[in-house]
Amino acid sequence: MQLTFLEIAYLIASLTFIIGLKMLSHPDSARKGNLIAAAGMLLAIVVTLTLYQDFDSSKLVNYGLIFGGLVIGTVIGTMMAQKVQMTAMPQMVSFFNGMGGACAALIAIIEYQHHQDSTVTGFDGELLVMLLGLLIGSVSFSGSLIAYGKLEGKIKDKVLPFNQAVNMTLLLSIVLLIVYQLVIGSNPLIFYAVLVLALVYGILFVMPIGGADMPVVISLLNSFTGMAAAFGGFLYGNKAMLTGGILVGSAGTILTILMCNAMNRSLTNVLLGAFGGGSKGAAKTGSGDQTVREISISDTAVLLSYSQQVVIVPGYGLAVAQAQHICHELEKLLEEKGVEVNYAIHPVAGRMPGHMNVLLAEADVPYERMQEMEEINDKFANTDVVVVIGANDVVNPAAKNDPSSPIYGMPILEVEQAKNVIIMKRGMAAGYAGIENELFFYPKTKMLFGDAKATLQKLTAEVKEI
Amino acid sequence: METVFQFIGENMEMVYFLVLAILLGVEVISNVPAILHTPLMSGANAIHGVVVVGAIIVMLQASPDNYLALGVGFLAVIVGTLNVIGGFVVTDRMLEMFKKKPKKS
Repeated sequence: MQLTFLEIAYLIASLTFIIGLKMLSHPDSARKGNLIAAAGMLLAIVVTLTLYQDFDSSKLVNYGLIFGGLVIGTVIGTMMAQKVQMTAMPQMVSFFNGMGGACAALIAIIEYQHHQDSTVTGFDGELLVMLLGLLIGSVSFSGSLIAYGKLEGKIKDKVLPFNQAVNMTLLLSIVLLIVYQLVIGSNPLIFYAVLVLALVYGILFVMPIGGADMPVVISLLNSFTGMAAAFGGFLYGNKAMLTGGILVGSAGTILTILMCNAMNRSLTNVLLGAFGGGSKGAAKTGSGDQTVREISISDTAVLLSYSQQVVIVPGYGLAVAQAQHICHELEKLLEEKGVEVNYAIHPVAGRMPGHMNVLLAEADVPYERMQEMEEINDKFANTDVVVVIGANDVVNPAAKNDPSSPIYGMPILEVEQAKNVIIMKRGMAAGYAGIENELFFYPKTKMLFGDAKATLQKLTAEVKEI
Repeated sequence: METVFQFIGENMEMVYFLVLAILLGVEVISNVPAILHTPLMSGANAIHGVVVVGAIIVMLQASPDNYLALGVGFLAVIVGTLNVIGGFVVTDRMLEMFKKKPKKS
C-alpha cells in the first residue's frame, strides 16, 4: 500500500518534470512551468522521506541528519539565489550544477561501500552504473566549478601544453580502469583512482575553453549532471530520478546544440577551444594606419535627440557596468522627444543565449522593444543612429566578409547599414574573440570612449537639457 | 557476454524507460526561442537536482554507526538540496522579470 503510494507519487513527480520543462520552453508559460516542476520536486522529496521502505523491513533511520542537511541546503541555496545579481547568473547556474554533480558522485561512493560486501559473479551491471555515476558526476562537479571561477574572473583561460593529448590520455585511462574493474574485479584503490582522474579531467576539460563558448560548456555539463542523476535512478530503480535525470540529459544536449547553432559553431570546435582561448593568430592589430573618429557626449545627445529611429545594441559591457537601468531611462527620454528606440538583441549577447533579455527585462525595458536579430537586421538601413554599448564581436562585419576571421560565418547584427554608428567602449580592446573590429574604422562610425554607465549618465543629462 | 544480456534482460523495464525518456526530452524542448535559453537551462538544472532523492535514500539506509557513510551522505543531501532550491529560485527570479512588463508605461 505504502509502496504503491510512493510509486504513484514518483509518477506524478515525473509528470511535473515533463510538463514543467515543456512550459519552460514557451515565454508565456515559463514561470508557471518552473513552479510546477518545483512542486513535483517537493512531492518527490516528501514521499521519499515518509514512505520509502527498505526491502527487508523499515529500519530506516538518520532522520535528524537528513533534515539537518535539507535545512542547511535550503537556507544556503535560497540565500545565494536571492542575492546573486542578474549579471552573475551564468556562474550561479554553473555552481548549482556542480553541486548536483557532486551529489551524484557522493551517492556512488557510498553505494560502492555497500556494494563491496556483496559478491557478484559475472558481469556486474550495478558496478558499471555506479562507476558511470561517479565518473560523470565528478567531471560535472569539477568542470562546473572551474566554469564558475572563470565567469567570476577568478580563473584565467589557460591552454596547457599538450592539453588535448593529456585530456585524451586521461579519458582513456578512466575507460581502461572501468573496464578493468568490470572484467577482472573491483578494489577500492581503483575505484578511487577513477574518482581522482575524473575530477582532474573535469578541470582540464574546461580550462582551455573561454569567452563566448562558456555557456555551451555550462549547458553540456548541465546535461552531464542530468545523466549522472539518471544513473542514480537506475541504481535505486527510482523512476522520478530516472525521468528527471534523463530529461535534463537529453534536453541539455539539444540545448547545447541549439546554442552552438546560434553562434554558427560546431560542438567539436567549442570543445577544442578553437576560438576563445586559442586564436592567437587573429589577434593582430591593424590599427596602425587607420584612424578612429571620436564623438563628444553633447554631440551624441544632439544627434540622438533629432533622430527618428534609434537602435541600441546592448552587449556584455553594458551588463557588467550595470547600465541597463540608465539605458532604459535614456530610452524613455528619447521616446518623449518622439524618437523611436528599439533594442537589437543578438542571440548570444550577454554571457549566455537569452541572458541580455533577462538583464533588460530587469530594467523594465518593454518586451516589444527587444528585437531579435532577424527582425531588426532588415530595419538597420532605415535607422538614423545605432548605439552599440559594450558589444563587439556581434557587430563585427568580419563575420560576413573576412573568411580568415575566426568568427567568419557567425550571424551578426548588421549595424553598419545604419546612417550613423556610435560605439561606446572603454578603449580599443578587442572583444571575446580577440579580434580587431573593422567597424570601428568605418567613416560613419564614431567612438564614445568611457565607462558605459558614467557615459550613459552624462548622455542622459545632456539629452534632458535639449 | 551472456551475463551482460542477462543484466539487460532483468532491467528491461528500466531500459525502455531510459530510451523513451531520452526521446521525450528531445521532443519537449525542440524549437525553444533563444531568449529562453538561459532560464530553460537553469530550470533544467533544478530538475536534475532530483538526485537529492537518491541522497536521502542513501541516508535512510545507512546504519547509524557507519560514520563515513553518514558524513558523505549528509554532504550529499546538502549539495543536492543546494542544487534543487538554488536552481528553482534563480530560475523564478529570472522569469519574474520577463513577466511584469506588457502594460506598464
